Amino acid sequence: MEKMVVVENLKKIFNRNTIDEKVAIDGIGLEVQRGAFITVIGSNGAGKTTLLNLIAGTHLPDEGKVFIDGREVTLLPEHRRAKYLGRIFQNPLMGTASSMTIEENLFMAELRGRSRGLSWGVTKRQRKQYKELLKILGLGLEDRLSDGVSLLSGGQRQCLTLLMATLSLPKLLLLDEHTASLDPKTAEKVIDLTDRIVRENELTTIMITHNMNQAINFGDRMIMLHEGKIQFDIEGKEKKHLTVEEVVKRFGEKLEDETLLCKPVEG
Amino acid sequence: MEILSGIFQISLEQGLAYALVALGIVISFRILAFPDLTVDGSFVLGGAAVARMIVLGYHPLAGIVLAILIGFAAGCATGLLNTRLKINSLLAGILIMTILYSVNLRVMGRSNTPLLNYVTVFTPFEQMESRWLSVVLFFALVVFAIKFLTDLFLHTQFGLAMRATGDNEQMIRTLGVNTDNITVFGLGISNAFVALSGALVAQHQGFADIGMGIGMIVAGLAAIIIGETLLRAKSVGMMTLAAILGSFIYRLIITIGLWLGLAPTDLKMATGAMVILALGFPALKKGKEERLHLRGI
Repeated sequence: MEKMVVVENLKKIFNRNTIDEKVAIDGIGLEVQRGAFITVIGSNGAGKTTLLNLIAGTHLPDEGKVFIDGREVTLLPEHRRAKYLGRIFQNPLMGTASSMTIEENLFMAELRGRSRGLSWGVTKRQRKQYKELLKILGLGLEDRLSDGVSLLSGGQRQCLTLLMATLSLPKLLLLDEHTASLDPKTAEKVIDLTDRIVRENELTTIMITHNMNQAINFGDRMIMLHEGKIQFDIEGKEKKHLTVEEVVKRFGEKLEDETLLCKPVEG
Repeated sequence: MEILSGIFQISLEQGLAYALVALGIVISFRILAFPDLTVDGSFVLGGAAVARMIVLGYHPLAGIVLAILIGFAAGCATGLLNTRLKINSLLAGILIMTILYSVNLRVMGRSNTPLLNYVTVFTPFEQMESRWLSVVLFFALVVFAIKFLTDLFLHTQFGLAMRATGDNEQMIRTLGVNTDNITVFGLGISNAFVALSGALVAQHQGFADIGMGIGMIVAGLAAIIIGETLLRAKSVGMMTLAAILGSFIYRLIITIGLWLGLAPTDLKMATGAMVILALGFPALKKGKEERLHLRGI
């Protein structure tokens, strides 16, 4: 099978040569097959978000290489690799521009990675297309295309972000605890919707989560990070039969309680 | 009545003349969320450039085009200091503003250039019977044409990316937009508007002066805040309209103040106080509510 993402011996050290020196990623190698849905767990400071930041180009690594769909992107700036990536953050405010309308946000996402000229923004054709698209959410947003995003709730915004991240069918979808700051009911809705969109479009996906149930029930491969290293990596049948109890039994001492029970402040 | 209509006439004329400064500040402060202080310098730059060109014998329109271009360049310079050299946005603006002081003296060759005996864009209006009306119409035409173009621009693909840059930079970067370039370009546009305003004002008042830009940023901010308060602007079109309306109301307040005996030397202080009040009002109100709440009222 083809590999969508390849990470080779990745290393990232923050505040090098100071007393605050922290090895965030300590030689990670990872291969992600096309269409795979990977969940990532690990306690606070394990390097989960840093790993996504290195793949997305928010930070550049100190060592190692990153390939997306066979192309090396290790040193490519964030905005130049955007065409490959869809990304959702934990904070629902981060995925949308609140002073702009729903349709404008969707349109900006549709142009992901393309050059933006002086032609008119949202046209009739797009409006019609977005209406259909928003119906999937079942939130009634299809009738509020020209409403400002600031009028939406956190859950609604995260659903919109999900549509925006997947609208142009990215080669890789990065989810960084995107349900962590939502109430349980909304979180469940967003995660189900995520699973549906990912499966329907066969998107290659890496999802960080602090919710052990999510990590086990969704995706077809699970990775645990600890102190910047991959602690375990299971897939297929073994993953399917995994239970929370078993993970705790095997790796409990490396997962802080909060990882298993409640949502953290920072991944 | 005579006095009131006089006050109205002066305010409308001045308000339109300085409206482009407010429009420029809308782009930097509101659209890009970039507190750009270059304005005090780029306003004079526009006036100085057009004055020098006119004195050298060029057509005033050529001077205006040059003013717009170098105003654009000044804004880009501030943007480059911020994005490429990572200098704090406020400091970047102050640095360019300071540099422009010397540049403006160089451009003019002296600190004040009178234009009374030269042909300017306003010369054709001199002989007209309704001089005031034609000048106001001229300003209104320029200002609303630029407002309209700005509104259109901010709804294009590029314009949407610019608005998103000020709203949520991280998001639009992950959508593949080089926000650094957008910031530089946006500040260029902003200061081009300001320089155009300076070029028109210099010709209108009949001189360019090294001190004509002092406090321009604060006056422009005051205009924006007044306009936003009156119109509760949400959409882009309303935001630019609010800037123009605010510019007029601001001049109206100033003119009435002067008529009531406010010393012209105290003008900047009064404007500053106005902006502080407007910006601080929400915090003061909230503070009072909290105190009342604590007391159980």
